Amino acid sequence: MKNENLYNYILGIADNSLILGQRMGELCGHGPSLETDIACTNISLDLFGQVRSYFQYAAKIAGDERTEDDIAMLRKERDYNNVLLVEQPNINFAYSIGRQFLFDVYHLAFLAELQKSSDFTLSAIANKCIKEVSYHERFSSDWVKRLGDGTSESKEKMQEAINGLWTYTDELFHQTEADKAMVAENIGVDVTKLKDDYYKRVNDLLEEATLEIPESKWFQKGGKEGIHTEHLGYLLSDLQYMQRTYPNMEW
Amino acid sequence: MTTTEQIIDKVLIPILEKVSDPEIPVLSIMDMGVVRSAVIINDIVKVKITPTYSGCPAMDVIGDDIKKALKDAGYESKIDLILHPAWTTDWITPRGRKALEDYGIAAPLDAQADKEVLLNGKRIVKCTNCGSQNTRLVSQFGSTACKAQFQCDDCQEPFDYFKCLK
Repeated sequence: MKNENLYNYILGIADNSLILGQRMGELCGHGPSLETDIACTNISLDLFGQVRSYFQYAAKIAGDERTEDDIAMLRKERDYNNVLLVEQPNINFAYSIGRQFLFDVYHLAFLAELQKSSDFTLSAIANKCIKEVSYHERFSSDWVKRLGDGTSESKEKMQEAINGLWTYTDELFHQTEADKAMVAENIGVDVTKLKDDYYKRVNDLLEEATLEIPESKWFQKGGKEGIHTEHLGYLLSDLQYMQRTYPNMEW
Repeated sequence: MTTTEQIIDKVLIPILEKVSDPEIPVLSIMDMGVVRSAVIINDIVKVKITPTYSGCPAMDVIGDDIKKALKDAGYESKIDLILHPAWTTDWITPRGRKALEDYGIAAPLDAQADKEVLLNGKRIVKCTNCGSQNTRLVSQFGSTACKAQFQCDDCQEPFDYFKCLK
């Protein structure tokens, strides 16, 4: 492939949305209330829509037989490059919201930069997505505040979720080889530069939600290199079931 | 207002106006602003449409419906989905806004007012049933991603509000 770095770069971005979209989609019919259930699945739908734009572009760059569906459904676990954060399971609603919030803050900052990409398609996709993601971030940060500054039980659960997920946040700012190559060509976003603002925004919100900012300095990594937590395998077996069982089926 | 050129061949307008949004049947895709260009080149109609939201499941159906409407009018067509410039609620025409309201969906406010409503709980969205502004946000996401759910505290009617997208 001529443009392998760009291809891998796009997959790195899109895999985050794909896996997070699948996680939010799991809540369909299981949300704590009808309105919240619909909100979570709408976020999931937005993310899948964004993924389609990215994968359609990636398939065009690959220039062979593969389609957006092949890229989404037919890779092996080690070939997904999403961050570990987004694959973490829906332990309870606080975890789902905490995961969404910790990703949304990053996602919003990332898309703001990607809009400036010298690649026209990526910049157009970012310009489209950022409007949707700003709604996601409002939704998830509202809930973090509501649960954190809510009852003693909701506060405890929200704190537990933030503490549990914190170890996956630093990976958002690691650069892959494809990242570095794309930054050098003014196509990609230098994620290392997003880190300070990210923690400032997250810490401010946690404070507003009367939650403790975790002190742990030990962080997990590996997702961007395809080394995942145990949870991804189970998620993929769900996600890929139809395509693996009935190859080439279409809806 | 986002400025952007919209090029539609005059003879195609009546055909395209008959195609409606499958999720909001009272609203034509022309009033929705999703058709960005439609021109006849060598007897083939080339149509460019842009999605309201990335994940909008209506887009595939809209593409098929346009193709069918044009075919019924004797035209072959090619539909392209474009992302740039991104769709905004500013492109909904005044007629489209009225159709939304009549259908029971409150039309989008301007960006500033929208923020006040969705973030600060300001009561200004007009109830589509009784017209009262004594309405409150129930959920930022309604029956589809493009809408938020509201309830009127005067007549108690629950209704959708089309969120401002800019």
